[in-house]
Amino acid sequence: MKNSKPAVNPLLCKVNQTPHATILKLELVSAKDDTVTLKLPFSEHIIGDPFKRLIHGGAITTLMDTVCGAAVFQAQGNFQSMATLDLRVDHMRPADSGLDVFAIAECYRLTNTVAFIRATAYTDNIDEPVATAVASFMRSNIEFPVQ
Amino acid sequence: MDLFKKISELKANNDFEGLVELVPYARTIGIETSMVGDNIVSTLPFISSNIGNHAIPALHGGAVAGFMENAAIFHLLWTAKLQQMPKVIDFSIDYLRTGQATTSYSQCEIIRLGRRVALCNIKVWQADIDKPFALARAHFLLSSNEPFNKKP
Repeated sequence: MKNSKPAVNPLLCKVNQTPHATILKLELVSAKDDTVTLKLPFSEHIIGDPFKRLIHGGAITTLMDTVCGAAVFQAQGNFQSMATLDLRVDHMRPADSGLDVFAIAECYRLTNTVAFIRATAYTDNIDEPVATAVASFMRSNIEFPVQ
Repeated sequence: MDLFKKISELKANNDFEGLVELVPYARTIGIETSMVGDNIVSTLPFISSNIGNHAIPALHGGAVAGFMENAAIFHLLWTAKLQQMPKVIDFSIDYLRTGQATTSYSQCEIIRLGRRVALCNIKVWQADIDKPFALARAHFLLSSNEPFNKKP
């Protein structure tokens, strides 16, 4: 990368401040190089299976979409926004009821126009993932609105 | 209470809104249901907590994906006689344009309904059904995840 960038994108603490990330209580855990880790805390209102009290796949998809976007911000070193082109999530197993879910995403390739990301979601052991995802995002030069 | 009994009850009373009450996440993102013919159809009225980018303002891609996945789950629950909640195996979404701050509509097509697995295509649009803003496909596990019996 031509321009030097800070080790951690200072704006990353804002990624969980969009209304929808707020309602899911997404938290920034860490960021390093081209990777970011977010946390989705377990809560009653994201349950998808009321009988087994499991988290809805849609909440996991939101976690994946958000962490992949955050990884692009981290890799870019700025807050130029991007649009998800496609996202695929594979669900290996349900997260145990009551456990928080973490997701780590790596933006492994940035071209001038497109960003490529892969992500893994897990509860307490990353070697037993809850889900994996691959995504591609269209980049832009429009600043993401930060409040 | 088991799922099959619960769904049978809802169907008997034509209580398609009862499905939303059953799934907390569906209430969180504000999904509404209605009947079109024999099919249950999911709608996502705009609520501000589904915003992902407030400058446009645009729906969060994750909320859109959750809406689509849930539309497929409701469609399967209403169509197939399931003993347990469909478990998503994979979910793949293509975003075609921005989801605006207005009502979103969905259409779900079951491509294949097997004993153990279902494949669904889901389409969402806002102003114009011929201009969907996202397309998705998903596999769901319908049976339990028990190991296969070893053959002697």
